[in-house]
Amino acid sequence: MTTATETFFKSIQESTVPSYFGEGKTIRKTALQRLLEIGLPSNKSEEYRFTPITKTLEKKLVWETSTQASTLSSIEPFLIPGLDAHLIVLINGAFAKQFSNLDELESSVTVTTFAEANTQIKEKIVAQLGSLNKSDDAFSLLNTAFYQEGIFIHVPKNTVVAKPFLILHINDAQQKQVVSHTRLLVTVENGSAVSVIEKSDSIGAYPCFHTFTEEIVVGEDATFDYCKVQNDSGSIHQVSNTTLSQSNTSKVNTFTLTLNGQLIRNNLSIIIDGEHCESHFHGLYLVTGNTLVDNHTVVDHQKPNSFSNELYKGIMDENSKGVFNGKIYVRPHAQKTNAFQSNRNILMSESATINTKPQLEIWADDVKCSHGCTTGQLDEEALFYLQARGIPYDSAKAMLLYAFALDVVALIKNDTLKSYVDDLITERLHKNF
Amino acid sequence: MSKDNQLLEEFTSKEYEHGWNVNLEADEAPKGLSEDTVRFISAKKKEPTWLLEWRLKAYRQWEKMPEPKWSNVHYPKINYQDIIYYSAPKQKKSLSGLDEVDPELIKTFEKLGISITEQKRLTGVAVDAVIDSVSVATTFKSTLGELGIIFCSFSEAVKEHPDLIKKYLGSVVPMGDNYFAALNSAVFSDGSFCYIPKGVRCPMELSTYFRINAANTGQFERTLIIADEGSFVSYLEGCTAPMRDENQLHAAVVELYAMKDAEIKYSTVQNWYPGDKNGKGGIYNFVTKRGLCFGDHSKISWTQVETGSAITWKYPSCVLKGDYSMGEFYSVAVTNNYQQADTGTKMIHIGKNTKSRIVSKGISAGKSQNSYRGQVHIMKRASNARNFSQCDSLLMGDLCGAHTFPYIDVENQTARIEHEATTSKIGEDQIFYCLQRGIDEEAAVALIVNGYAKEVLNQLPMEFAVEAQKLLALTLEGSVG
Amino acid sequence: MLSIKNLQAKIGEKQILNGIDLQVNAGEVHAIMGPNGSGKSTLASILAGREDYEVTTGDVQFNGKDLLELEPSDRAAEGIFLAFQYPVEIPGVSTINFMKTAVNKIRHYRGQGPLDAVAFLQLMKEKMKLVEIDQSLLSRSLNEGFSGGEKKRNEIFQMAMLEPKLAILDETDSGLDIDALKIVAHGVNSLRSKNNATIVVTHYQRLLDYIVPDFVHVLYKGKIVKSGTKELAKELEAKGYDWIKNEAALV
Repeated sequence: MTTATETFFKSIQESTVPSYFGEGKTIRKTALQRLLEIGLPSNKSEEYRFTPITKTLEKKLVWETSTQASTLSSIEPFLIPGLDAHLIVLINGAFAKQFSNLDELESSVTVTTFAEANTQIKEKIVAQLGSLNKSDDAFSLLNTAFYQEGIFIHVPKNTVVAKPFLILHINDAQQKQVVSHTRLLVTVENGSAVSVIEKSDSIGAYPCFHTFTEEIVVGEDATFDYCKVQNDSGSIHQVSNTTLSQSNTSKVNTFTLTLNGQLIRNNLSIIIDGEHCESHFHGLYLVTGNTLVDNHTVVDHQKPNSFSNELYKGIMDENSKGVFNGKIYVRPHAQKTNAFQSNRNILMSESATINTKPQLEIWADDVKCSHGCTTGQLDEEALFYLQARGIPYDSAKAMLLYAFALDVVALIKNDTLKSYVDDLITERLHKNF
Repeated sequence: MSKDNQLLEEFTSKEYEHGWNVNLEADEAPKGLSEDTVRFISAKKKEPTWLLEWRLKAYRQWEKMPEPKWSNVHYPKINYQDIIYYSAPKQKKSLSGLDEVDPELIKTFEKLGISITEQKRLTGVAVDAVIDSVSVATTFKSTLGELGIIFCSFSEAVKEHPDLIKKYLGSVVPMGDNYFAALNSAVFSDGSFCYIPKGVRCPMELSTYFRINAANTGQFERTLIIADEGSFVSYLEGCTAPMRDENQLHAAVVELYAMKDAEIKYSTVQNWYPGDKNGKGGIYNFVTKRGLCFGDHSKISWTQVETGSAITWKYPSCVLKGDYSMGEFYSVAVTNNYQQADTGTKMIHIGKNTKSRIVSKGISAGKSQNSYRGQVHIMKRASNARNFSQCDSLLMGDLCGAHTFPYIDVENQTARIEHEATTSKIGEDQIFYCLQRGIDEEAAVALIVNGYAKEVLNQLPMEFAVEAQKLLALTLEGSVG
Repeated sequence: MLSIKNLQAKIGEKQILNGIDLQVNAGEVHAIMGPNGSGKSTLASILAGREDYEVTTGDVQFNGKDLLELEPSDRAAEGIFLAFQYPVEIPGVSTINFMKTAVNKIRHYRGQGPLDAVAFLQLMKEKMKLVEIDQSLLSRSLNEGFSGGEKKRNEIFQMAMLEPKLAILDETDSGLDIDALKIVAHGVNSLRSKNNATIVVTHYQRLLDYIVPDFVHVLYKGKIVKSGTKELAKELEAKGYDWIKNEAALV
């Protein structure tokens, strides 16, 4: 952390509370103090060994959170074609009411921005904020200190939300740099089901830095489906911190697709705080250019008899870099845990790299845990076989890469979303690799 | 459950077999570490000035270094001023033959089951014995000499072969490589040296036996093995220490240097005193071992069976510089009671078509923590590099922990890397199957554990394999998950 | 040799055996048949000493010893052999090494010294012929990657090596083709003598064409509901188990 950065954070600390300091003032101040103590991560920091984010950010932008209104007149290009969803749009960190649509939402379900929340809900928000995310990650602290807006979703008991939520994060850096910080709180009560799709897009050539921190509580016997599509412009730096906790017999599926961006860091933590839970989390990163994508995942088995399965795959071309770090914790007494993890990578060019660290930490003896990880190339034999059957080299290559990526997509239940994701992958594999 | 506890109890009360200490008159340095200590050691050993300068340089680097904190081991702060850095068993004069060795010493080695008398020629193992950091005897010297093989104590090599030492000392593990390597470079007292000339296959196993005897003493030995072009050597290292209440520090450095077409096989059975069942005492084992595959088609293979020490911090590594060079790491690490092990390997692929293979089998019992930490690094110009890693953990009981921290860093697209890791326990159905065939529970556990570790044990030379198997069985007696 | 009186057992809260009475004398072959879930394999497991089951009442005497008081490995040493329905895999441990350990442990129990390598090898060679098993299979990790037939043949080979007084074959015919079945049966028959006894637990009559029993018992809902000679097995084959179930329901 340079002195300039430090001076900036300190000035916030010492100055009168800026306008975006709303509810939970103490929480924000504590986070900022802690951030000043630990500083932003250097390249010596174990968690950011291969992701030189601080240096790049300090070089490229000022930390001041954006307040400018966007001049966007349509969000059409960012939507998922044909997807029938409850729509929540955030532009440069601010809620864009004009583009959002919650008309068909079940009446028992509460959705509000932090700013518009009534006193009662505000109290809930303050109580829930930081209850799951206890991370000492500098960017998580930064988000807590500076978040501009948050979305609060509450699904009461035994409610199935019919349509998925689509949350759009748009960062518009056409006029000047954007620094935005947003939050999401979701509570899925016992026996309920909901699906959330998050899509982040950015436009404009100015530098852009976006953090979002999400805390999701999944109740007993509840189901939560989560899909994240990161298809930003090449100038965005993004750090997401997603923490999920699961109660007894709940099910969670997550899928993270990363296609573009300058530097994308996803911290995903799943706390399995119940028995007989099931969690599947998949990720796919297909990157080119100078993109660096860094997925850090944690599965924390705290109770016995649960199952988790993690599958992350990546294809890196040109100067892109992939980083994967997957931790599995099986705490004492979390017996009969089944936890599996797999990370597979393909490098397509001379300068692409992958740094992977699958990490198992087990304190219980009656468990089945495994991780596997491979790095390689396309199977030359298979490539030749396809060519011998008359398929041109490029198509054959795309076909094999598609086959490699296929099983990661399998978790998506919504057909419209599935075909959208499928199209994105096919396009990427044909055009860029 | 109560039965398990009872068995665990039985197991934890198992005595450490090698826990006697011998009353040898020792020649010691005063406690503490300073430039004067370094000068004292160097003077005691009548070293040339260049070596003293080398030591002092290392000491000055060490002074500035922080003690590493990244490993998964926890121990009270070591007071480096409370350690005796040099302790030699007192000998009246320099020895001209084994006949003149202190009979107490000979007895010590007989208790250990090691022969330093040449009578046991049939065993076919040449031994260099190091007690409290000082080499006391080397066997089979003349036989080896006929082939041009040099196998002697490090201090002797400094006197007899200064050019080789000057050239290769610190060439694989630089003096400032890490905290413990720097400490060793400053205060190392003795160790073994070995040179295999061009094209020679060493006809017998070379072996060093390390033992810490004196109280409050740190052991800092240094081993340097050079295999010249087309040569082959298989080297064995064994360790024991007496039971003591206080922790003792062991910070060794081993450097292997393999030239074109040369092969070095280095095997270790580490059985330092692990501390008692309450975690009192035991050796802190902070060791830097590294091999350089300098020449094309060279090969270095590490095999280790780690059963002892309160703390093990050790990553025998291979730097694969030569094209087509190959590195291997086979490890069984057993921890019990309050033992902590953080061990693994680094495979640094620099040359083209380099290959590496890692097989690590961790076994945790009692309240111990067992970590595998490893790195496979494929550098940019290392095209067609291959690595296969298998890291398995076996847990016995629900109070211990198993951890794996593999780093896989790939900078070349033609690399093929495969890493697999599993965690398991001994199945109740496996135990019952053995019981039904008349094999009692303890024997069943020993059988299953040896089966689990077989791929590694198979790498050991015959004499060591038997010892290692016995050690595993002994360490895990009665410990049923 | 074996005398079971009013044996009752449960697993967890579930009652499985409801009072078994059975007398097996030296030289006899008993077949225990019954539909799935009748308790056949439970009986076999309890005799061998598996801990999952809780014996609530009953008495089992084996050559004058209270069998239920003995540790599983001591039961084996006393001469009880269970051929497992699902033989367990033990990675890294060869069958040869496994058998050497077992033979010497049992010899030790009986106060005999260990067999030396030569004697052991000789014994092994002799028994291998009996079940037509190849030495290369025995050098491999125990049951790891073995086919169903190889596993079962390995069980009979082990039985031959340990020369038990009472052999219990638990569904040894399941998963075997006719040739493998013949080999297994041949092995069992060659080991029969007036000094030992065999209990064959099976669902089908097929195996009993090759291992001819002296007595056949039908187990249903944890009780022996009918006993007879080998003709009873034939009758069961023809009529199925429903007939027994109906008869039992009437009682």
